[in-house]
Amino acid sequence: MSTSTLNNSSAESFTQAVDHFRELYGNHLPAQKSLQADAAAVFIQLGIPTTKHEEWKYTSLAVLAKNTYRSVNPSDNCSLSKSDVASLALTNDTLLYVIENGKFNASASNANALPKGITVGSLAEMAGDARVQAHLMKHADFSDESLVALNTALTFDGIVIIADAKTECATPIQIAVVNNTAGEALNIPVRILVIAEKNAIVNVTETHHSFGSKSPVLVNVVSEVVIAEQARVNYIKLQDEDQNTCHVNYHKVNMARDSYQHISTLTWGGGLVRNNLNIRLDDVNCTSYLNGLTIAKDYQVIDHHTVVDHAMPNCYSNELYKGIIDGHAQGVFNGKIFVRKDAQKTNAFQSNKNVLLSDDASMNAKPQLEIFADDVKCSHGATTGQIDEEALFYLRARGIGEVSGRALLNHAFAADVIEQIPDENLKSALLDRLTARLNA
Amino acid sequence: MLSIKDLVASVEEKQILKGLNFEVKPGEVHAIMGPNGSGKSTLASVLAGREEYEVNSGSVTFNGEDLLEMSPEDRARAGIFLAFQYPVEIPGVSNANFLKTAVNEVRKSKGLEALDSKQFLKVMQEKMKLVEMDKTMTQRSVNEGFSGGEKKRNEIFQMAMLEPSLAILDETDSGLDIDALRIVSNGVNALRDGKRSFIVITHYQRLLDYIVPDHVHVLYKGRIVKSGPKELALELEEKGYDWIKEEVDSSVNA
Repeated sequence: MSTSTLNNSSAESFTQAVDHFRELYGNHLPAQKSLQADAAAVFIQLGIPTTKHEEWKYTSLAVLAKNTYRSVNPSDNCSLSKSDVASLALTNDTLLYVIENGKFNASASNANALPKGITVGSLAEMAGDARVQAHLMKHADFSDESLVALNTALTFDGIVIIADAKTECATPIQIAVVNNTAGEALNIPVRILVIAEKNAIVNVTETHHSFGSKSPVLVNVVSEVVIAEQARVNYIKLQDEDQNTCHVNYHKVNMARDSYQHISTLTWGGGLVRNNLNIRLDDVNCTSYLNGLTIAKDYQVIDHHTVVDHAMPNCYSNELYKGIIDGHAQGVFNGKIFVRKDAQKTNAFQSNKNVLLSDDASMNAKPQLEIFADDVKCSHGATTGQIDEEALFYLRARGIGEVSGRALLNHAFAADVIEQIPDENLKSALLDRLTARLNA
Repeated sequence: MLSIKDLVASVEEKQILKGLNFEVKPGEVHAIMGPNGSGKSTLASVLAGREEYEVNSGSVTFNGEDLLEMSPEDRARAGIFLAFQYPVEIPGVSNANFLKTAVNEVRKSKGLEALDSKQFLKVMQEKMKLVEMDKTMTQRSVNEGFSGGEKKRNEIFQMAMLEPSLAILDETDSGLDIDALRIVSNGVNALRDGKRSFIVITHYQRLLDYIVPDHVHVLYKGRIVKSGPKELALELEEKGYDWIKEEVDSSVNA
């Protein structure tokens, strides 16, 4: 396909950006061929969203117009080895899989003892599998999401995790998503599919890192998480890339009856990070926790958009997002909760709290509740303030220096989000990384 | 130990302390009493180093050093402790973690090695007994959800942990019932060792039945207008402050 056909973007500056994604779609996965073609057409039609788009009002992707991004493809080779990525493992027992520039890197992965009933593999190899075909690209709707369409069109690999019915895997399965550049700006599609079958329990951690020359990259992640009846999925996203990374992440969860999901999105790296979390409570008695943390400094832009969609009765959702914004950084939180007409007895709660550490830091928070049922309990609250000077003085009056005092207060504020993580080992590993990030 | 000379201080451009003179020697317990608005809490705040209080003139030296030049943390490290009238709640920071950080920063400033978790725990368990603290209070976030009495006990507990040479108790008795008052006072008395000094700021004489001072001073309109032995507190309890106000106001007008 020639790049000249990509000039449909509404804003002129982005026409150029779209132009920069040469080799737009590769038609890489035979089993998903028609979906990929549809997605390419959608992306060409929608283009890259501008700040005129309501959902992108505070987050400008203009940075993408600054570089010519080459889209990675199956002929790109992986170069990282086990020892290169060893430090990425969050815990000693983690089952570590590596996706390098969108490609499943089996030789860098380190997961010998996979529990019975758990399948983990390269998406390229498994895309034809019946269970994968049933779900891949079927949940993350790209019809009005141009970046999901871009990912769907370009996907050639990624990772699939399947927990068979009644399988309980307490050991964390970690997907280390690494961008590894060598001077060239890259457009990297990353695709993740997690299927928890009936009564399965699985613990997935998706971590993001930068290696190599730190060239500009667009990391475009789409995860589809399918949770069957009575299944439980604990999910963590840790975004810790360098500031040349533009990271867009679309995470779609589909929940069947009596299922449970807990997701924590911890963002403290990346130049521009946009998370779209879309949780659909599609049947009765679902429980969903969404927690998020932004720690931004310099000129970072970190944006969390969440949608919790209560479609059926007797479900519970609870959302806690916090942000610490320093320097010239910018935080965005947009939390939508839908309670559909049938979703009686819904309990849905949302809280967003932010601290601005400098005069140039900014935060835009927008809770949005749309309730069509009449017997529900919903609440939301959003606050943005400064560090508590009274608390700081109290610490100093006990001999704690101003710098340590500020760090202690910031840590306590942010740790609140990580404390919610059910797995004790992951919690303590992430608290350590939080400390390191706050002291950086 | 502490020497305050002609101290003039203001907050929000309003002069509160208007030439205060005051001397504390090692081991002494001084009570500062006075009617509302006389400047008692301002004095405590200036000594602890609250930034919103401006010192206009005068001097404060602590063990020969210029206290006013020191940051709040340096004052604490040098051995000054303020028990807050309104202790601050700090969600997410456990009492134990907070105190460990504080104790070790103070030790570091003295060139002492940091206490490890085991050593710290041992010291903490000893000091907890002083104010009848239970273990759960050390694990909870600093002052979060504490009752008025628990907050004040926590102040004295911190004092016991930090072992200051001069402790300033700012209306520690306010909001305490009789049992809490007894516990807090017992804690303070246990820390009277003949070397450690105390400035006990209070509106009521009641606290001084438990913490018996060596000297009592009356603060009025930003100055110490009367000093005397512990019996002065009893006289104030009986007669109120009006006779002192009259004395001062008539001498000013004369």
